Amino acid sequence: MKHNELKTKNELQEKSLFDKTVGRRSFLQYAGAGAAGIALVAAGCKKDRGYENPVMGGATLDFKDDFGVLNYAYALEQLEAAFYVKVASAPPASFTAAQKAYFQDIQFHEIAHREFFKAALSTAAIGSLEVDFSKIDFTSATSVLSTAMTFEDLGVAAYNGAGPRIKDGGYLLLAGKIVSVEARHAAYIRDLISNGSFADLNSLSAFGSNNAGGLDGALTPDKVLPLAQPFIKTKISAINL
Amino acid sequence: MNIVNILEEIEKVDGEIYERLNPRRAAMKSFFNMGKKISLAAMPLALGSMFQKAYGQTALPTAVVNVLNFALSLEYLEYHFYNHCLVGKTPGSGVTDVTFNFPNAASQAAITTIRDHEKAHVDLLVGALGSSARAPIAYADTDFRAGGTFATVYSDYGTFLAVAQGFEDTGVRAYKGQAGNLLVSPGVLQTALQIHSVEARHASHIRQMRTAAGSTVYKPWVSLGASGQANDSGVPQVDAVYAGEDLTVQANVNIANITGAPNATAAKLAAVESFDEPLDRASVITIANLFLQPGKKLS
Repeated sequence: MKHNELKTKNELQEKSLFDKTVGRRSFLQYAGAGAAGIALVAAGCKKDRGYENPVMGGATLDFKDDFGVLNYAYALEQLEAAFYVKVASAPPASFTAAQKAYFQDIQFHEIAHREFFKAALSTAAIGSLEVDFSKIDFTSATSVLSTAMTFEDLGVAAYNGAGPRIKDGGYLLLAGKIVSVEARHAAYIRDLISNGSFADLNSLSAFGSNNAGGLDGALTPDKVLPLAQPFIKTKISAINL
Repeated sequence: MNIVNILEEIEKVDGEIYERLNPRRAAMKSFFNMGKKISLAAMPLALGSMFQKAYGQTALPTAVVNVLNFALSLEYLEYHFYNHCLVGKTPGSGVTDVTFNFPNAASQAAITTIRDHEKAHVDLLVGALGSSARAPIAYADTDFRAGGTFATVYSDYGTFLAVAQGFEDTGVRAYKGQAGNLLVSPGVLQTALQIHSVEARHASHIRQMRTAAGSTVYKPWVSLGASGQANDSGVPQVDAVYAGEDLTVQANVNIANITGAPNATAAKLAAVESFDEPLDRASVITIANLFLQPGKKLS
């Protein structure tokens, strides 16, 4: 049922994309005239309705401007949302009622992030990615929690590492509004796995953390994408990094 | 982090960066000398020291110095808040006003973890600021009872955690609010973002500790209060910490319409929870000053 709702919502979103341009216009006003120019160029280059054939041709993130960074975030949020939609619709049997409720919450947060980027990027958005969760055992709490932890920690490191690439203060702030929510998720999930590991920065060194400095992970896109790609069927390539 | 990108970004605002970082100059020489010894994980610290030397101790842009000193003040406050508690739990320390008991070893260990991070942040910021660093804040400069508003902060575990949550959620908002001022210094911005998300992890855990300590549930993320108010902490005295956290529209996109939640109430909650909001400097200072002695307040 949840899937159906989402599907309907996506279809509505999609329909609205062609019916009206209000959303895009208002976003472009927000983004400012300079960014608007870039968006229009990007929109001009994009194949018509490319996202309806998600696997064909893969997705290219062009980091030449902020839209590349935003699409990068959109890609990661698509991955997270797809994962939590699946978990929330059929949680592992050992999940408590509280855990089920919080995984519902997280699902809604990640859908909100995904749909926000989709709406904000409008015609500059990359297409829908096809995920590959074949390695995840959704009936196993261990498998679900460890995957969730990886996605959240990686998401935090990805936003932290991409922040300095962003040129526009408005976009930087939006990324900042999202990354701290991801960090709250990460801490919660880590505590479910092992209480007290919410900010075990030693365990995050592969993601660029620094325990001596009290610093969380931070990874550049060229490090993040190979770690995310095994969960995504659609080939993602990055240019102008 | 990609040092080349950082250097390129800096070059845009400082055309002489490469001259400043020329290996013949002392700064770069010492950086390369220690380069072999440092791991990738230590790069932010190493970079901080490199930039400090490259620019001289006062040459960080004034706006960046102001942000870092502002952050340093908050980190000092957080550090002393937790440290006083832990010192009070150390036999023979002479601190006798910490009278509540931790419910278990894990809760004290978590507070220790958080205290250690705040200390690391203080040291990192002091190091990055060099001679531009503000005067240290001592425990004696603080007043965590806030003139009596939180009179039981060190005698009641619940009050202690409630104030802790206020500090952590404020810290997250404060860093977020300053990020834009660090766009001119990508390396510093990177480090600030890495502190920012650690504060969010702390906030999440403190909220879980509060839930574990009583019968009220506090979500790990900032939600709405029981009456739909922006402050979900259950402590009206910290309304200012959560002012504006109930935003549901981001960049003109109405988030409540796109969460996939099954009804309007759940959708509004999800919209509020899925985005944390920044807090401006003046509002953060007003909150911080509640916990500083007269004559020691921030301006």
